[in-house]
Amino acid sequence: MRSKFDPDLGTPAIQSLDTLKLVQLSINGIAVRVPAGTSVMRAAALNDIQVPRLCATDTLDAFGSCRLCLVEIEGMKGYPASCTTPVAEGMKVTTQSTRLAELRRGVMELYVSDHPLDCDTCPANGHCELQDMAEVIGVGDTRYHHEGANHFREDANPAFAAPDVSNPYFAFDPSLCIVCSRCVRACDEVQGTHALTIQGRGFDSKVAASQDQSFLDSECVSCGACVQACPTAALMEKSVIAQGQPERNEITTCAYCGVGCSFRAEMQGEDVVRMVPHIDGKANHGHACVKGRFAIGYATHAERITKPMIRASIHEPWTVVSWDEAIAHTAREFRRIQAEHGRDSIGGITSSRCTNEETWLVQKLVRAAFGNNNVDTCARVCHSPTGYGLKATLGESAGTQNFDSVRKTDVMFVIGANPTDAHPVFGSAMKRRLREGARLIVADPRSIDLVRTPHVQADYLLQLKPGSNVALLNAMAHAIVEEGLHDAAFIALRCEDASFQRWLTFIREPRNSPEASEADTGVPAASVRAAARLYATGGNAAIYYGLGVTEHAQGSTAVMAIANLAMLTGNIGRPGVGVNPMRGQNNVQGSCDMGSFPHELPGYRHVSDNAVRAEFEKDWGVGLLAEPGLRIPNMFEAALDGEFKALYIQGEDLAQSDPNTQHVTAALSAMECIVVQDLFLNETAKFAHVFLPGSTFLEKDGTFTNAERRISRVRKVMQPKAGYADWEITQLIAQAMGYPMHYTHPSEIMEEIARLTPTFAGVSYARIDELGSIQWPCNDAAPEGTPIMHVDEFVRGKGRFMLTEYLPTTERVNARFPLILTTGRILSQYNVGAQTRRTPNSLWHSEDVLEIHPHDAEQRGIAEGDWVGIASRAGDTVLRARISSRMQAGVVYTTFHFPFSGANVITTENSDWATNCPEYKVTAVEVTRVSQPSEWQQRYRAFSDAQQQLLRERRMSPTPAAP
Amino acid sequence: MKPVAKSSSASNPLDADMHLRLEGIITPMAAMPGALLPILHAVQDAFGHVPPACVPLIANALNLSRAEVHGVISFYHDFRSTPPGRHVLKLCRAEACQARGARELEAQLVSRLGIGFHETTADGSITLEPVYCLGNCACAPTAMLDGTVHGRLSTERMASLLDSCGVKK
Repeated sequence: MRSKFDPDLGTPAIQSLDTLKLVQLSINGIAVRVPAGTSVMRAAALNDIQVPRLCATDTLDAFGSCRLCLVEIEGMKGYPASCTTPVAEGMKVTTQSTRLAELRRGVMELYVSDHPLDCDTCPANGHCELQDMAEVIGVGDTRYHHEGANHFREDANPAFAAPDVSNPYFAFDPSLCIVCSRCVRACDEVQGTHALTIQGRGFDSKVAASQDQSFLDSECVSCGACVQACPTAALMEKSVIAQGQPERNEITTCAYCGVGCSFRAEMQGEDVVRMVPHIDGKANHGHACVKGRFAIGYATHAERITKPMIRASIHEPWTVVSWDEAIAHTAREFRRIQAEHGRDSIGGITSSRCTNEETWLVQKLVRAAFGNNNVDTCARVCHSPTGYGLKATLGESAGTQNFDSVRKTDVMFVIGANPTDAHPVFGSAMKRRLREGARLIVADPRSIDLVRTPHVQADYLLQLKPGSNVALLNAMAHAIVEEGLHDAAFIALRCEDASFQRWLTFIREPRNSPEASEADTGVPAASVRAAARLYATGGNAAIYYGLGVTEHAQGSTAVMAIANLAMLTGNIGRPGVGVNPMRGQNNVQGSCDMGSFPHELPGYRHVSDNAVRAEFEKDWGVGLLAEPGLRIPNMFEAALDGEFKALYIQGEDLAQSDPNTQHVTAALSAMECIVVQDLFLNETAKFAHVFLPGSTFLEKDGTFTNAERRISRVRKVMQPKAGYADWEITQLIAQAMGYPMHYTHPSEIMEEIARLTPTFAGVSYARIDELGSIQWPCNDAAPEGTPIMHVDEFVRGKGRFMLTEYLPTTERVNARFPLILTTGRILSQYNVGAQTRRTPNSLWHSEDVLEIHPHDAEQRGIAEGDWVGIASRAGDTVLRARISSRMQAGVVYTTFHFPFSGANVITTENSDWATNCPEYKVTAVEVTRVSQPSEWQQRYRAFSDAQQQLLRERRMSPTPAAP
Repeated sequence: MKPVAKSSSASNPLDADMHLRLEGIITPMAAMPGALLPILHAVQDAFGHVPPACVPLIANALNLSRAEVHGVISFYHDFRSTPPGRHVLKLCRAEACQARGARELEAQLVSRLGIGFHETTADGSITLEPVYCLGNCACAPTAMLDGTVHGRLSTERMASLLDSCGVKK
């Protein structure tokens, strides 16, 4: 069921250059002008003339099967379907006549004769398209009675099929199905999974998943596109069946991955009935994935903590206190520790899961109230090399394109990213373009789904060894230069000559040739050359990369090598090309933009820049430090040295997500006051002294900035369960520490952001409401934002080629640790899993497993499902084995969604040379069969159980008070 | 996206011999345009039916989804997913044959075989299928037994066809 708040124009808008050419026609005597190629149905709908329809919807290509949208067109024989007939100049269309009414009534009688008539008890009642059509067309008494063969009477009809309720989020009731194929087409066209079909023919026709299996057992990825496309209640959210239809809605932005899908939260009072992707959302165009659409149950999960708690030591039970007491205690502790151990002994961590406004406040709290620059963010451990590498080469720390740019891409080069799992909605957009004929190069140690999936086949899979990205990228550049395939005119016009000449000399050196680097990358030189040729000559070529590029010892180098490749081939500054970092979390871009780094003020300006600092000092009324503060790993080191004692952590789980867990937990244990602001007692909170209950994205106002720099509104649809939105809590701490913050609404914080950050100068809530969303930079030069960057010149003026010398990581295999472990994500779970583990998504992935190549498994006597110990220099853990030929021999893989898995017990402290982004993607390990969990896991379980016990034993404060 | 710890195989897996034979059919045809129908015909010719366990391999070879292949197989009545009897008799039920006595033949078959259309006798001797025109209208009524067309059928001739299949009298 589509959102009733989204009007449906019947067929999609035409995406072509011809859209500028308008065609004039008349519909029911009204003169109408629409772009050439538009369907008659859409032309009518655009002019408020509704043609009856059932199989047509504007998110899917016209199909022409329901025969309700027949019209009369002067000079044309018969009654053409208005959905499949394009407009023509001078066309005269009649949408309503006696004859048309008769024809439509005849069709409707047939539909109604095979559909139960108990509309009153149907979950779609009042919002069912079949019901609407019956009303519009007027089916009084049908000539075909209900006695004959049909699909809905279980007692009398062999064709009856019972509802399929296997999926945890939606049900399929074939008796309500009208076989319009909208679900099948949605799965094919929108999601690109092709999990559904119409089985049989004629009266036997039935929607089937895979080979007539249950939805859960099929290839269905539970994106819900079919549910949204269904015109009846045949496919319906279980929440709607249980709760009834929503009464109001609010447009907001998803809090999962960096695609930043726009949603309508459909509500009954304070309860979310369902999330429906917003048709006009510019990042997702009405599509969503299993997480964003369905996995929101965590927001009301019983384990949510909604009262502030404090304790003197982590071995004591928590005491539930009032907000006043919790805030006063926090401020007192921070000031005490600063008095005892110095100004720099405390710091704060911002979160990519929180809003821009909240992130802004945390860094402001640190800089203005703590009086130091000890602020860092989880982007440190994911995309900090993107910021560094793109700033150095192109001049701005962000992706160059909008998502829609992919529609004009001819060659996609995907390196170190797994879009169909980690950025599913954009993955679907990529698949759609690939089905249209775009070519695909994938560079990944593992054969990801995109390499071969129905109707999509990569031209080249460069299955490189983990850690050799830079060697591969250099080899591609070498091949392009050697074969003279670079865009000399673009380089001469747009790039710094000196840097290019220096780089040219470097890249031409024989050690950078595909042949020479084959030993490092493991990729045959011929494939590298062929892929390089395709990238350089295949038309609009775009690079998509993720954490498989950044989370390496040479993460920043690889990002610069990517920018070099794009500049070298002129693939930058227009639609269809560019450098596209796939951001992991919803607001990674935003948290970086908001000055979450110890060396940078908002807008990526160094803290030592006196002019910039002066602006902030004036606005904030306080002096600011000119020296960078501590990065996360430095904070841990300082804590272990006894110099760093307190940390304010907003919405981040350092203990699970940061590398070398045992080192992290040792550092956390060494601190005196850890303040965790979160929804749940996460792994870090088990080491905390103060717990401040946070709010979900449904409980507050703000903005998120997605991977394409798009700033979208997050809108409050319910009251914060704990009483305060996260920005209010930060503000209270600032006030208690004596620094004034008196915002009454996040829009006021955005005003301050716009005032102090040049790229956000034109952004305001009013402006976002007006435009729907805005891609920064948004200022006087670009009042509506900037979908594509670096169009006429680079942000830094001329593009700069950076030397990208390949240096193998120090994390090497040897006899003791002969395998390389690399990590990634899976579709149904999200990062540390704090949200998705508390939803039925765990049905698809209930534990992390170790993927291992059949050869490596056989050598070690490991069978599918065996417990295997994984040991590295840092630590060891135990997971179940999955034998997988997706892997290359010598490389093992796991996800990191469950704390007990201890994936980060194994990862080491190695990190990117420029940004300290951890080298998560390369860890030398050995894998052996074992019979029990590792020592760490047993210790972890004991500690975690004890902490849960301390939570259960929490005491009420003697003087509790409501917020 | 399959759930954990739950097997989802659609049917019995293929044995090694069938697997080899299937690959022998698919491999030479996979690259031709519109290969799905020719492959399905070849599989049915080889195995007498299209075992559901073949579908994943065919889908993978052509880079289609299992659902798409299943949709095609189930759309065409000629493709079957279960083994037929030892003999397959297809009786034409189109207009010309009906006008020339096909209904009598239908009644004869139903009564002697004790089965309806799309069914197989309990002893596995014969499978009865309807067909709508074999292009032999001038010689109606018509049936096809194991691929051979028989025209101008009378109940006597039909009885002897059944006898030849070893159907009990």
